[in-house]
Amino acid sequence: MSHSVGHEETHGGGTSEIKKVTIILSVLTIIELALGFWMIGMENKGLVLAIKGAIIILMLAKAFYIVGYFMHLKHEIKNLIMTIVVPLALFIWFIIAFLADGNSFRNLRNTYDPYFKEQSTIKVEKKEHGSHGAAAGAHADTTHKSEGAVENKH
Amino acid sequence: MATTTTATTTKLWGGGKSPFNVEYGKLMMWYFLMSDAFTFGAFLISYGTIRFSTNGWPDPNEVFKSFPFAPEGMNAPLVFVSIMTFILIISSVTMVLAVHAGHNMDKKGVVKNLIWTIIGGLAFLGCQAWEWTHLHHEGAWWGSNPFLNADGTASSTNFTNYFFTITGFHGFHVFSGVIINIVMLIMTLMDKFEQRGHYLMIEKAGLYWHFVDLVWVFVFTCFYLV
Repeated sequence: MSHSVGHEETHGGGTSEIKKVTIILSVLTIIELALGFWMIGMENKGLVLAIKGAIIILMLAKAFYIVGYFMHLKHEIKNLIMTIVVPLALFIWFIIAFLADGNSFRNLRNTYDPYFKEQSTIKVEKKEHGSHGAAAGAHADTTHKSEGAVENKH
Repeated sequence: MATTTTATTTKLWGGGKSPFNVEYGKLMMWYFLMSDAFTFGAFLISYGTIRFSTNGWPDPNEVFKSFPFAPEGMNAPLVFVSIMTFILIISSVTMVLAVHAGHNMDKKGVVKNLIWTIIGGLAFLGCQAWEWTHLHHEGAWWGSNPFLNADGTASSTNFTNYFFTITGFHGFHVFSGVIINIVMLIMTLMDKFEQRGHYLMIEKAGLYWHFVDLVWVFVFTCFYLV
């Protein structure tokens, strides 16, 4: 009987842990944002991909700290952790399979659908947003709606 | 008599003791959140699949570059969404503090931190409402996408459809979280938890609120950063 229900002391953590995790989460977010700013206008595709990978790793680290410490899962008993985490492992397959499928669909369309391929090479002119003011808002709205309709007819 | 014998003969689930050492409500909240994680996961993976199957995609730094009350044409990518992210992180921290105060039977602390959490949630919803309104004025909505792909080619409406559906679904979760927290606040003020002798209900509301923050971590990364 190392654990007892509703007993605060066995749950671990405390204000110092909350402070620590808050700082960790803030720092991770700031690093993410710094990477995001660094990526703006970057031409090197390989580096962009690497930064995106780094951002996703930081995202998972943040998720770990939120679930582990704020949601207290790390201090629960192992059986409970397993019933939550093991089903979520399905996501590993889920993500790989679906992203690979999307990628393969793009390759197939680029190979066999000349229209799809062509559309991704024709540059279009940037539509005028007009001013962002309230007066122009309604007008801009209607024009964009009709443009959207034209696009759909293709 | 029967219970004592089962407790000694069965090791895993004798029925006499809670095998996960948490109360029923909290365990069920965990399972609900797990199912909700799959819902959000399905949304985000669907978004990823569509993005992977498309040649071009709008540049988030081009789309989300505005800021309330900013001068016209100001270019401030990521700034507004960083503020939204920090609002949600801070409100998550105040929620932990509320749960912590609940463990110590500190009613005042629970009330104070719950109020901060509710304010944080409302602030986040306000930010989101502003962002949606702004994008709508630019002509973005379900089924209409005024933005071009990053490489200057025509973009499909997939971008706006996914953006509004997923942030909308998340915003709805934030909204329900705020409602739940308001109910918790009222119950605390009415001394419901003092009468029960424990603040475990706050813990369950806290789990939900942290989950909302957790989902935002993913939504934020998938839509604004990557």
